Parts: sequence; C-alpha cells; structure tokens
Amino acid sequence: MNDELRNLYQEVVIDHSKQPRNFRKLTDATCSAEGYNPLCGDQLTLYVKLTNEVIDDIGFTGSGCAISKASASLMTAALKGKKQQEALMLFNQVHILLTEGPNGRVPPDTLGKLAVLSGVWEFPMRVKCATLAWHTLRNALEGKEIPVSTE
Amino acid sequence: MVKNHPQMMNNPHVTSPVGGFDVWRVRQEFPILKETVYGKPLVYLDSAATSQKPQRVMDAMSHFFLRENANVHRGVHYLSERATEAYENARVKVARFLNAKHANEIIFVRGTTEAVNLVAATFGKAQVGPGDEVLITAMEHHSNIVPWQMLCQEKGAHLRVTPINDAGELILSEMERLIGPKTKLVAVTHISNVLGTINPIQEIVKMAHAKGAPVFVDGAQAAPHLPIDVQALDCDFYAISGHKMYGPTGIGTLYGKREWLDAMPPYQGGGDMILSVSFEKTVYNKPPNKFEAGTPNMAGAVGMAAAIDFVMDVEHHSLVTHEHDVLAYGMAALSTFPGLRLIGTASAKSGVISFVLDDIHPHDIGTILDREGIAIRTGHHCAQPLMNRFGLPATARASLACYNTRHDIDALMAGLAKVREVFR
Ligand SMILES: Cc1ncc(COP(=O)(O)O)c(C=O)c1O
Repeated sequence: MNDELRNLYQEVVIDHSKQPRNFRKLTDATCSAEGYNPLCGDQLTLYVKLTNEVIDDIGFTGSGCAISKASASLMTAALKGKKQQEALMLFNQVHILLTEGPNGRVPPDTLGKLAVLSGVWEFPMRVKCATLAWHTLRNALEGKEIPVSTE
Repeated sequence: MVKNHPQMMNNPHVTSPVGGFDVWRVRQEFPILKETVYGKPLVYLDSAATSQKPQRVMDAMSHFFLRENANVHRGVHYLSERATEAYENARVKVARFLNAKHANEIIFVRGTTEAVNLVAATFGKAQVGPGDEVLITAMEHHSNIVPWQMLCQEKGAHLRVTPINDAGELILSEMERLIGPKTKLVAVTHISNVLGTINPIQEIVKMAHAKGAPVFVDGAQAAPHLPIDVQALDCDFYAISGHKMYGPTGIGTLYGKREWLDAMPPYQGGGDMILSVSFEKTVYNKPPNKFEAGTPNMAGAVGMAAAIDFVMDVEHHSLVTHEHDVLAYGMAALSTFPGLRLIGTASAKSGVISFVLDDIHPHDIGTILDREGIAIRTGHHCAQPLMNRFGLPATARASLACYNTRHDIDALMAGLAKVREVFR
C-alpha cells in the first residue's frame, strides 16, 4: 500500500470508523444540528449538551465514509469538558491541519489524538469528509436551523 | 493489431478480438487512455459519468475553429455558410443516428438535462394541468425527476412512480396500472445509470399509447451502447448527451415527433427562434429553430457528429458483443469477491456494475482504487430515490465503454483486494 493511503487510513482512523465513540443520540441535548455531504451521501446528526457554556456531553448518529465517521468520533472524544469557545478554536486548528498537513502552521502533536487526521491533506477531495462533523458542531453551537452541507 | 501495447503483453485474456471487434485498435483512438495516474496506468471505469473522447472528435472541433468558425444562420459570407453547413450536417447526422424521420425533429440542447427541462417547459406547460399526472420510474436520474416535480408543483399535478423489483427491473404490470386517463406523459430512462437495466421501451410505448399517453425517453446511457431507432420505438421524445457517447460536453439533442414540436410553445426567447419581431407581435420560427434561441454550440455539434461517426464506424453488433463480454466477465468476477453485493442484476443489462462491499463506504473504496489508477464513481449517482429503494446511502459503480477490456476488470479486482487490506 502506498504511504499516502497508509497515512490517511491510519489504524486509529479505521478503529474509530468501525467503532465510533459517542455514537448515540443524547436525550438531554441542549442543541443539535444536521450535516450532509452530498458528494458521498454522508449524513450526520450531532447532539450537544451544554452546561454553562461547557460541553457536558456530546454524541452523533448517521452514516458516512470512514473519514467522516472517524473524524466525528475523534471530535466528540476531544470535546467533552471543553468550553464552547475552546471547541470552535480547536476547529480552526484542525482545519489548518487538514488543509496544510503535518508540516503546516499547526504541528500535529499539539492536537492529541486528532493528529491522526493529518494524512487527509494529501486527499483534497476528502477534506470535506473530515470537516463535516466540525461544521455541524459550529451550527449546533450557533443554533442554526439550516442543515450544513459541505459541498 | 497493436504490437507494442504494454497491457496486451501480459494480458492472458486477449487472444483474438471478440466478434471481430478489435478493442486494442479502438483504444489507440483515445489518447487519454495512455495516461498514468499516480504512476499507474489509467483504468477508466467511469464512462457512465462521461466517456473519453477519440482523437477524431477533438480534430473535428479544432478543424471547425481553424477553418469554419462564424455565426450560423446569419451571415451571407463564405464562413457563415460553412459554419451553418457544418452545424446543420451535424443535425442530419444525429437524425440518421436515431433514425428520425426528419432532421427538423432534432433540437440541439446542452444535454439530456436541458432536453428534459425543455419538454417540461414547453410540452408540460401546454399539456399538463391541475389533477393531471406525470409517470416516472423508481430508477430515474435526478434530471428525469426534478423537472417533472417542478412542473407538477407549478400546475397542481401529481408525480407518479413506477416501482422496480429487487433485481432492478421495472414492474411493468404496475406501470400499466399506473397509466390512466390523467397521465399526460410517461418519462422513463432507456438504460439506468446505476443499475445498467435496459428497459423495454418498445413495450412501454405500446402500453402508454394504448391509453393515450405520450412517452419521453432518457437515452443518455443508451446512446453509446445500443443501436437506437426512434421510429421503431415509436417514442414521442428521446434525449441524448454528446459527452456520454464519446463527444464533447455542453451539447446534446432532443428528438421530438414533428406533431408535438409543431404544437408545443417555444422554449427560450431570443434570436434565431423567431421569423419576425415587432413590439406588438413576434412570429415564431418553425421547429427546430423555434427551440434554439441564441447562438448555438456550433463546435459542440460538430464534435458530436464526429462522435457519431466514430460509433457508426465501429460495427455495432460486434461492439455490443464486446461490451457484453466484458460486462459478463466483470459480473462473474465481482460476484465471487467475499462480502461484495451487486446492485442491479437485471437480465437485460448494459455495462454498469454497481456494488457495495460489506460496510466499507463506497467513498473509501473510490479513494483507495484511485491510488491504483482506477477511476470509478462512488456516491448516489444523482439517483437518491433509487438509493433509498435499495436502502443504501451510496454505491460504488464501475461503468464500461467500448475501450474497456477484461484486463480493466482484473485491475479492479486487484484494487478491491487492496481495499480489503486497508479495512482488514
Ligand atoms: C440516465 C441519465 N440521465 C440523464 C443524465 C444527465 O445527463 P447530462 O448531465 O449530460 O445532462 C445522466 C448523466 O448524468 C444519466 O446518466
């Protein structure tokens, strides 16, 4: 297998895509949003429970490719207990990592487990898959009703 | 026979050309097939999205620009005459290709999508009223759904849908039941772009006409693969796209029976579609000009005509035999792949192989194959209602054209083994 593919489909990514964490609907969510990626038919619903601007709990449901599922799973794991503002700042960092790669402005090792997404940058067509959950998160936090679409 | 084709050397399947069809000679006409992708030879299995173009199509278009370019139907000068002739010859060629009675039954459009929209905006506008029905099928491309849906919404009419069975074939008895006195049009695809199903158009037209309903046929996928005879089919409308049949993008045609074209109101307003204009009254031109407002895609029409020459030069019977051989080989091979499920197993089937592989998302399959130089399409293929029918968000689709070989299928199988390796 070539290196780029190996970097894209790292073991952690495959693992999170096969067994996504926080893959559930929250019954006590304070906000939620839906996201679509019309190119590949990815669809996810994100649920967030905010208490005093802190993400107390977070979950998602839906279907999608390995990259979008793993990204959503990794995101939910990273965000529990984070402040709303911190979450959005983290999105910025992740976005830079996804578009600039491991040698870009954001060193992967500053992002913990999310660093495994650094292989995505070699596949520009797949950046949308990896950012779907994050765009949806932003909509959920900002209380937007319109489903996000990453096309 | 090509002597030094690298793929042929190590291809155990190429012994003699199938049925007199020399695929290796045909491949020589398509320069892009010599490209490499990520260092691997290109394996192009996405012709249902758009076909590759033979050199002669590109040559015909550049010849038009180099030697004949001027506006059509307008100038008295030499070049305008040449351009008009080239454009109108293309129309005659399409008419012959579809076996239309008259060349003036052929309207140049951007492609199948515009053809559907044209019929909805003209025929639909005049013929469909509140409470009427338009009947489509469960296997239509979005372009043969949405314009009818918009029309029905505007007119207070109803969209009805003929169901399909699990193999991906139309349930004709249901279709017959759904055609009633309120059915103003039956719109159906000749070949499904997802399932490959070849629909029995002749039978459908007989059924619809018996109840007084005209039939629109989406021929986008059929034109490159089947001989088409609109008179034998007796359909009322037939739409094709140049780019799916080895021609350029941005050009296609709508065939319409003369009686309908005469009766239909014009499509867009502008130059060429008129006989005379005053601020009080405009007299419209006759078909086909009535439906072709503005300066048309002249080079596109010329390219499409060259593509038709290409298709007609390849002996049709042997082309069909060759494509069917590769399809049968592909279906047999893929059906042995562990965890793979074929979507679309109609008995009458053209070169489209849709599949899903366990719970691996088609998009991931597409990315991994891409790095092997293999181009397939993944997603909903502009047919979301059809995906829902099969309970799938997406499929992977390998689609064939005249230049594909058993070797391409072997490459696909090897690629799928790589997919397995990643998702072990
Ligand atoms: C069955 C079918 N109908 C219609 C279309 C639309 O054709 P075009 O995009 O050329 O207008 C396509 C292809 O996209 C198709 O496969």
